[in-house]
Order: sequence, then C-alpha cells, then structure tokens
Amino acid sequence: MHTFTLAELATKLRAKEFSVTELTKGLLGRIEASQSKLNAFVTVTPDQALAQAKAADAAFAAGQAGPLTGLPLAHKDIFCTRGVKTTCGSRMLDNFVSPYDATVVSKLNAAGMVTLGKTNMDEFAMGSSNETSFYGPVKNPWDTALVPGGSSGGSAAAVAARVSPIATATDTGGSIRQPASLCGVTGIKPTYGRVSRYGMIAFASSLDQGGLISQSAEDAALVLEAMSGFDPLDSTSVDTPVPNYAGTLNAPLAGLKIGLIKEFFEKGLDPNVEKLIRDALKVYEKLGAKLVEVKLPALPLSVPTYYVVAPAECSSNLARFDGVRYGYRCQDPKDLLDLYKRSRGEGFGAEVKRRIMVGTYVLSAGYFDAYYLKAQRVRQLINQDFKRAFGEVDVLIGPTAPDVAFAIGAKTSDPIQMYLNDIYTIGANLAGVPAMSIPCGFVRGLPVGLQICGPHFGEAKLLNVAHMYQKETDWHRQMPAAFKLEKLS
Amino acid sequence: MSVAESGWETVIGLEIHAQLSTASKIFSGSATAYGASPNSQANLVDLAYPGVLPVLNMEAVRMAVKFGLAIGASVSPRSVFARKNYFYPDLPKGYQISQYELPVVARGHLDIVLDDGAKKRIGITRAHLEEDAGKSLHEGLPKQSGIDLNRAGTPLIEIVSEPDMRSAKEAVAYLKKVHTLVRYLEICDGNMQEGSFRCDANVSVRKFGAEKFGTRAEIKNINSFRFVEKAINYEVARQIDVIEGGGKVVQETRLYDPDKGETRSMRSKEEANDYRYFPDPDLLPVELDAAFIAKVQATLPELPDQKAARFVATLGLSEYDAGVLTSSKELAAYYEEVAKLLAGGKEPSKEQAKLAANWVAGSLAAALNEHNLEITESRIDAKRFAGLLARIVDNTISGKIAKDVFEAMWAEGKDADAIIESKGLKQITDTGAIEKAIDEVMAKNPGQLAEYRSGKDKLFGFFVGQTMKATGGKANPAQLNELLKKKLAG
Repeated sequence: MHTFTLAELATKLRAKEFSVTELTKGLLGRIEASQSKLNAFVTVTPDQALAQAKAADAAFAAGQAGPLTGLPLAHKDIFCTRGVKTTCGSRMLDNFVSPYDATVVSKLNAAGMVTLGKTNMDEFAMGSSNETSFYGPVKNPWDTALVPGGSSGGSAAAVAARVSPIATATDTGGSIRQPASLCGVTGIKPTYGRVSRYGMIAFASSLDQGGLISQSAEDAALVLEAMSGFDPLDSTSVDTPVPNYAGTLNAPLAGLKIGLIKEFFEKGLDPNVEKLIRDALKVYEKLGAKLVEVKLPALPLSVPTYYVVAPAECSSNLARFDGVRYGYRCQDPKDLLDLYKRSRGEGFGAEVKRRIMVGTYVLSAGYFDAYYLKAQRVRQLINQDFKRAFGEVDVLIGPTAPDVAFAIGAKTSDPIQMYLNDIYTIGANLAGVPAMSIPCGFVRGLPVGLQICGPHFGEAKLLNVAHMYQKETDWHRQMPAAFKLEKLS
Repeated sequence: MSVAESGWETVIGLEIHAQLSTASKIFSGSATAYGASPNSQANLVDLAYPGVLPVLNMEAVRMAVKFGLAIGASVSPRSVFARKNYFYPDLPKGYQISQYELPVVARGHLDIVLDDGAKKRIGITRAHLEEDAGKSLHEGLPKQSGIDLNRAGTPLIEIVSEPDMRSAKEAVAYLKKVHTLVRYLEICDGNMQEGSFRCDANVSVRKFGAEKFGTRAEIKNINSFRFVEKAINYEVARQIDVIEGGGKVVQETRLYDPDKGETRSMRSKEEANDYRYFPDPDLLPVELDAAFIAKVQATLPELPDQKAARFVATLGLSEYDAGVLTSSKELAAYYEEVAKLLAGGKEPSKEQAKLAANWVAGSLAAALNEHNLEITESRIDAKRFAGLLARIVDNTISGKIAKDVFEAMWAEGKDADAIIESKGLKQITDTGAIEKAIDEVMAKNPGQLAEYRSGKDKLFGFFVGQTMKATGGKANPAQLNELLKKKLAG
C-alpha cells in the first residue's frame, strides 16, 4: 500500500481494495519502524489516526466519503494541532499542547483526512538541513548519513520513505522545495496569501507560506485545493477563488513559454545538476514548450535581502516565547529579567538565537535604514524582476538547490555556506510567487530537484507543468532502496 | 513670584490615550468590558499563543476617523500598523501593535478658551490607533506578580498635541476639551478612574523670547484633571530650580506621585527602550476610500463648539454660559429640554433661554458638583426643572423663593408646585394684602418714616426689607416696590 500515490490510494479506497483502518495501521507501522533510521516524526498520533480512520471507514460505508476522505497525511510540527504537542522543533515548546487547530489542520480534518503525526523540522523552521531541531536531525532516506534538507526535512523524509503519502510543510526561504529536492519528492510553495497562516507558528510573517510535500503534482493538486482559500482569521490570506487544480493537470503545454533565469546558470551550480536541468528542459521542448532566457538582475541579492528581512520579523515574532504564559520556563527565576534571559537562553537553540540577534540588530535605531529599509527596497526590485519576467514567460524553470544532499554536520559550522543552499529558492518568497520542486534525476545516486516558478496565483499552471513532466518521466516514482519493502526491518 | 514673572516660559504638549468604546478588542473578538474577573476576557489571540494572528476591528478605525473629522484633521487614505517591540509581562506578544510612520489621523486642532475669554488654537499632530496592554497585579500575591490580560488588546487612540500649551491651566483646558469631544462622539466613555482616558505630559521651560525649546521631561501617570495641573506645576518649578541652580534638565520619563504631589525620575533617555518599530507583516495597510470617510462624516453629531455657537447666536447666551452648558452632550440636552419646556414646546425666547441657562449652569450645576453627580443622575429631571422656572415666569414665586423651592425639590424629589403649595411659598400679588403689610410696617416705624419723608431716601431699602419680612418674603418684589413708593410718599 505504501507505494501508491495519494490519487491511487483514493481510487483504491473507493474500490474498497482495503480499508482506511488497514491503510492507517500499515503506515503507522512503517512510521514506527522508520523512526530510528530517519527521526522524521516528533510525535506520532496513533489513537487519533485510528479514530479518524474509523470515522472515514464509516463515511465510506455510508456512501458519504468525499474526495479526500480517509487519505492519510502528516503535519509539519509547525502547525498547531488541538490536544497534540506542537513543538516547532524547539525545546521552547517541548511541553506545548496546542488548544486549537491551525486553519490548514481543521480544513484537512473536515475533508476527512487522517493525521498520522507531526513531522520533525528545523527549530522554528530556521535551517536548511534539519540539524537545528531540538529532537535531533532528520536523516535523508536515500542515505542516512546525509541531511534531508530543511526546514521541512521531516515531511520530505516521511514522503520519500513512503511512511506518509503526503505531508504539510511550510516554506519561508525554500523550506518546502529544498528538502523536496534533496529527498526526491514533489514540493509546492503556494502564492503568499493562498493558504491561511492561522495556527502556523510564525517565523517570518511576510514570507511564510504553508504548502505540501507529496509524491506527485497530482497528489499536491488534490490536497492544495482543500487547504487553500481566504481565512477571516488571517488578514494576509487573499480572498480569491480556489480553482479546481486537478481539472487542469493535463492541459497541453504546446506554446508554453519557459523562462530560464540567466543568473541561475552562471556560477555556483553543480555541472551534474545543471545537466539534469537541461535534460528536463528537453522534455518540455518535446511537449511543445519554448525556452526563453530571462534576466532577473536583482535576484542575486535575494540571500542578503532575506537574511535581513527574515531575522527582523523572527526577532519580533519569537518575542512571545518569554516563559510567562506557556512553553519552556527556567528553574527558579530570581526576578523578571532572569526569567526572560534564562527561559529564552535555555529554550532556544543556537541558530534561532543567531537570527534573533541579527534581526534585533537590523531593526535597531541607527541601523534600521541601512539594513531593514534597504532590504525592503531590494525586495521591491526583486518583485519587479519577477513581474517583468512573467510578462514575457509563463513559468520560470531552473534548479531548486545548487547541489544534492550533503553530509550531516558538513555545514553546521559555517552558516553562510548553509544559507547559500537556498540561493535559488528565496527569490520566490521575497516576491510572494508560487514555486514547486519536482524530482528530475539523480547525481551520485542522490535526487535532484527541478524548480518551477509561476506568477501570483499561478498554482494551477505550475501543477499542470509539473504533472505533464511526471507523465513523461518516472523520477518521482523512484524510492530509496531501504524503504522499498512494505515491511520495514 | 509667578512663573511668568520669573522670566521662564512653560511649554507643554500632551499625549492622550482614549480607550475606544468598541464591544470587542482591536485585533480579537474578546469583549472589552471593564471589571471582569482576571483573564476572563482574554482569548488565544490576546494571550499571544503560538500561531495566532491579529484581525483588525474596523469599528475602531471608524471611531478614530470620527475623531479625525471632528478635529478638522486629514484622515489618511492609507495608514500602517507597526510593531513596537519591548518585553514586559503584561505585553503578551512582546510587541504592541501601534501606528508609527503612517497614523490614521494627522494635523488637526482644537480651540480652547483662555481666562481672558480669548480663544487659542492647539494643534494636534496626529491621532493613531493602537492596542492597550494588560495589567500587572501585585496585591494579595506575596513574592509574585499576577497578570490580567483583560485589557490587553483594548483599542486606544493616542492623541498627540503640538507643544502649544503655555501653562498647566491651558493644558487642563485642552484636556477637558478633548474629553468633552470624545464623549460627544461616543467613541470613549471618558472614565479617568477606570483608565479609559489618560494622559502623559511633555513639559519643558525656556526663557521668554527663546526660539529653541528646553529639554523636556515626559510625565506619566496623571489620571485626573487636578493631577495634570498639579503635576505640571510641580515639574515646571522643578525644572526652573534645576536650571537656576546651575544644573541641566535631562530628557527623561518621570512618574507623578499623587500622594506626595511630586514627579520623580522613572528612566533616562539612555535607559529608554529601543522599540525597533517596523510595519506589522500580519496586518495589511488600512486603506480608506472617500465613501467610507463620507459615511463616517454623516454620523458626526453637532460638535461642542458648534452647539455653543448656536446657543450664543440663536438663544442669546453669553459665550461663558454656552461653554458651560455644552461641556457635556447630556448637560446641553438637559438644558435645551428645560428651555423648550419652559417655552411650551416651542422655540424659547431669549428671556426664557437666559433664565434656563442661569439656573442650569448655576444652581443645578452647583448641586451636581456638590454631590459629585453627572447630569444624567440629577435628582431633578428636566420637566420638573422647567416647572420650577415656569413659576418664576408667571410670578407665583420670586427668584429668591425659587432657590428655596429648588433645594426642597432636590431634597424631597417632588415637583415645584407641590412644594410651593405645601410650604405656602406662593408669591403675594394681592395689592390689598401688600398694602396692609406696608401700613403695618409704617405704623411700627414712625421715626424712620419721618426721616424718609424729610428726605432720607436711603431708608427706602429698610422699608422694602421690613415689608418683605412681614410677608415672609413672598411679596411680589416689583409690586411691593411700586406700592411702597406710593405709600411712603404719603
């Protein structure tokens, strides 16, 4: 059962080839068996999952099943889940049981999906390797000595190892696409405002966006439709209709104009990765697409811009974790200042502290104009670059990450090297445009991701472009050897 | 030596925080009622739980716009919420959502009346929307602090004046003016005890004629009109002392201690927080179109100054009386009702308007003041009050007797006629009865009569008094005068 995509599972459940409970039990077993190898989950919720499965089976029996009824998923541990520990990968929230569901969670619950558990992640989504989690690093199912990428490393590893057919994830600077690329799975970061951020613990509010890590574009289309839409609880969610994404997956690509970002092919890209990207472009040409080179001159400034904007917002967003109302509190505080200092000092990990300090610095009197304001101006330029590009082409295609997965520990001592892993993904967050990563081959046995980026609210086109490629190729159906068997040892 | 005589000029600007009377908070659906048990009006958004987001209550925006229109300000078509970052236990998010660079209201003004009757315009730099913080509780919690977040997220407008006031009196006049206005507009209940209306004062001194302002101190915690005046006067004297003693005033925040009647340093400029303001990415800019503003404009009531001008122009009141009577919407409504009832439901004549004004602004206002009551709590309603004045107009009682009737009405809660009847206070207008009293007085005082008749005119007053006494004060004064003159002349 684990080898089926979500779309296939939906068909099989409807055909009653197996029950939701059987499927759920099977996956819970796989999760349990995989934990020691992958550490992809912070919390597994078997009781809740089996209760939801039972309800879903009853819905099938009563003929009241909807398109997503009984389909299992995992939630990144950044989404608040009522009655379930929600840690955000941090010691700060190790004791935090959320009293409410995030909008994404309640929407997918209402659609009848079955929650298997909460996936591991970089602490507060700050990291590109999943090594900053309080719960230890997640390992890459293709080679457990390697990182899965981050921050949604748990979700990516879980889907790659087929212990969950799909998982929610979030992307602030590449946190869906980069781990999708490194784990050989499909990831979509929707347009900023497409998916409600209510109940999604904030890292950088103007960049954070919820999305999915899945086995295929088709699977993503099914679930994205259910989790998208305006939410009166999130003022930045956009009130625009959600299309039937599955309905346009097979639209022909003849005449599609694909933009190649000149700057992305200039330097820093591994030649083997580049070759796979060029191969994928040939597939598109065969499907009738035209390739056009486009220039986005401000785009190379994305990383420095991001590392001003994101820490600035994070320094403020994380101020609420003060040991007063919930979360970690230090032992025997002497006074208020001691309570703050030690609760935060002990509750947050090194990378989170680094970003809080950077963010506090760039917002400080005397530095605000030089850093924060300047970064906002560059952000405008990057925005305009994308706008101009989408005046000329339908989608932009290029690499997701400069290289394949790297070894655990290889970049932990050099934050700049770590940050450069997101060089191709951050631009979409700064501009708020949707972007995907889909598997497009292997280098040294490790998966490589192809990034597809579209204009605001262009998710339907992105999913269509990704799906047509996945019809021509089977990279997305490749499974890591250690997780191929139904029964994991 | 007064401040002015000393050669020092006082410069004051006020920052007023007015809690908006919305039913729910500015960024959450929690209720805003005062006095609920601690934390019973704080939901997940107010508690700043992980993942929650603010959603703007447009009612608060509407109220701020109403204020802006009432002070002749420009209402910004686009305003932006910013985060003011600092750590404090009563600030659950670790930042306050406020407006910084782009406030909703800018560049307005209000006119105050000075002691000499002249008008002075006080500039209002801006009025911005923000959320209130919670409260720290210490009573009954030894070695602990309690946090009550009921108030956290209550909408406020902060009204920032220009440094246009030159004395504590002017500052109080301006503060009262704003207080009156927000209550007219029904956007704030103005309750200073509950903290719905509070103010900080920026105070500095400079030599008369100096162009540059002196270094200012910000005084916090001045929560009554009386304290504002006292705190400013104390602070002005302190600053002059510092400078004249060869020292320098330092820029700092000072706390007013109403028990000791002094201000003391809270924190210096160096210790001040760096608030790291930046636009709140969780909230979109507030875009207000002309239609929205026009709709708010249409809800503006007659404003205090407009009402006062009307009282002067159409009712013939003095500026002073008009000012007193329009100091609250309810008082003005009471007055207008009394005057109208006195005129039998028609437009009052100037005489009727004046009589009503004298009595409402005089005896009634004094009684309310003495008992610390609002006009809405008056023990005499408008109808009864008009009934009293009607008895003066129809000569049933004199103005003097009316004062006694008023006091009896206040004390006993009966109408004027019942009191006049039961106490036999009806004015004597029967010529025969008055003449009889005069005859008796003349008979009893032959000496004075002779002196009067020999030319000592001053004694006329003596006879008026005696006759009035003889009638128990009830003789119609005009009639008495006339008859007495005749009789005394012989």
